Amino acid sequence: MLLLALDTATPAVTVALHDGESVVASSSQVDARRHGELLLPAVDRVLAEAGRKLDAVTGIVVGVGPGPYTGLRVGLMTADTFGLVLGVPVYGLCTLDALAYASCIEGPFVAATDARRKEVYWARYADRRTRVTESAVDRPADIADQVAGLPAVGAGARLYPDTFPNAHEPEHVSAAALASLAVEKLEAGEEPAAPRPLYLRRPDAQVPKNYKVVTPK
Amino acid sequence: MADSRDAPLVLGIETSCDETGVGIVRGTTLLADAVASSVDEHARFGGVVPEVASRAHLEAMVPTIERALKEAGVAATDLDGIAVTAGPGLAGALLVGVSAAKAYAYALGKPLYGVNHLASHICVDQLEHGALPEPTMALLVSGGHSSLLLSTDITSDVRPMGATIDDAAGEAFDKIARVLNLGFPGGPVIDRYAKEGDPEAIAFPRGLTGPRDPAYDFSFSGLKTAVARWIEAKRAAGEEVPVRDVAASFQEAVVDVLTRKAVRACRDQGVDHLMIGGGVAANSRLRALAQERCEAAGIRLRVPRPKLCTDNGAMVAALGAEMVARGRAASDWDLSADSSLPVTDPHVPGVSHGHDHDHVHEVAKDNLYS
Ligand SMILES: [Zn+2]
Repeated sequence: MLLLALDTATPAVTVALHDGESVVASSSQVDARRHGELLLPAVDRVLAEAGRKLDAVTGIVVGVGPGPYTGLRVGLMTADTFGLVLGVPVYGLCTLDALAYASCIEGPFVAATDARRKEVYWARYADRRTRVTESAVDRPADIADQVAGLPAVGAGARLYPDTFPNAHEPEHVSAAALASLAVEKLEAGEEPAAPRPLYLRRPDAQVPKNYKVVTPK
Repeated sequence: MADSRDAPLVLGIETSCDETGVGIVRGTTLLADAVASSVDEHARFGGVVPEVASRAHLEAMVPTIERALKEAGVAATDLDGIAVTAGPGLAGALLVGVSAAKAYAYALGKPLYGVNHLASHICVDQLEHGALPEPTMALLVSGGHSSLLLSTDITSDVRPMGATIDDAAGEAFDKIARVLNLGFPGGPVIDRYAKEGDPEAIAFPRGLTGPRDPAYDFSFSGLKTAVARWIEAKRAAGEEVPVRDVAASFQEAVVDVLTRKAVRACRDQGVDHLMIGGGVAANSRLRALAQERCEAAGIRLRVPRPKLCTDNGAMVAALGAEMVARGRAASDWDLSADSSLPVTDPHVPGVSHGHDHDHVHEVAKDNLYS
């Protein structure tokens, strides 16, 4: 097995290669505005570091968000296209799940990432492998009751200390964690999900009420 | 005029607006032109919604690539390069296409060519009428652009002669269609109504045609306002709006200015070829008037069929094939989507590839046969 993992759903552009035993190479760069520029060179670097070619990859796992859409699509489009050329399966995993999986917290906690517009993408976990709520997008103040007293991981928690006073590592998702979680799920015989983006918001679109009148009243 | 088997086989990807286009060409021969459009999803908004377009591109890309390969009857491994629109266009939409093209080229081990959307609109005519003469004057008119460009080398030297200073021509069509309650997009429906109307019924203004105005620039904002005002006055007076005459007179005002300035640019620059591209080139009155005026001025007019004028992947492939044929440098893997890529950059060569043609050839070979 050689699993290529990608995630661009958050400011972290992260790539890892997992051979079924362990992560053999990985790269993470945090830059919210350059997902498109950074991802392919990172894939190339990770493969070179592992001494492998892309055509040796037997499966692809991609973080499906939730996350800001423009960056999120870079990873999904790249994974889909690799899958097409290589003829290998492409699995989707929730980005928050990978973030949670890398935490060392015992007991329940929250994973939260920055959704911009003063909101967070978030979900609650019973432990690092078990999500207990659907991922959602909310204003931190509006979910204060639901996350009260729980430790939290992710950059979303650090941004809003009033709601998340107990912030823990990791701050950013890593493809290494994404890959390890995917391998664990595959070995457990779990049915992998399709790589469908979790946007959680409708597109912004103003329906013009009518045309704008130009004759001065 | 069929290209020999050794002309470059190139796949092109276009996602600058609401069409997901994947085309395949061999040199100047069109092999496939697969397009998935999200236009219906935008109709109720009365214009293209960027996020809706981007989401649709992601969904449509892989099936559209597969459809193009099937249509062309070629194997992906036989491609000589992958071209993609690097700009200008909607940033988020462009990024989906650029991401797909990079992954596709990388996985196949082929060179990647990030190319200019406007230069692609010009180059597509090669698929219809054979090699473009150089220099060629190009009038590009669509919902996103209205420009007069002089192409002396489509891979390296495209000069802006003039452009709209406010609305694109296609935008004006959309807005007037909305004022007339004719729906979106406005181009085809206005064209249809105009056929039954009198183009001289109402004297709408011709923007920027005064003696001191810039010779090759366009302005459609004043016209749009004048038409809207005229319609509102009729409605305010409780009179019926003569939709066909308004459509015909408005359309005449647009195409009169477009063709007048294009022919003038050809004459001034001593260029005896004019090509017209972009979605508005599908307009029947624009085609007819351009033909008439070009004939009178001794200019050869080239207008590709409507399907090649609107945004598509074949035009990107056509320019990509020209890049390969003329040994232009491939792009790097960190190629950006540039929503405001200047028209003076027909392509985005990589820094690491340099501009040296021999070296480029080496890179291409290595990619192809390694
Ligand atoms: Zn266009």
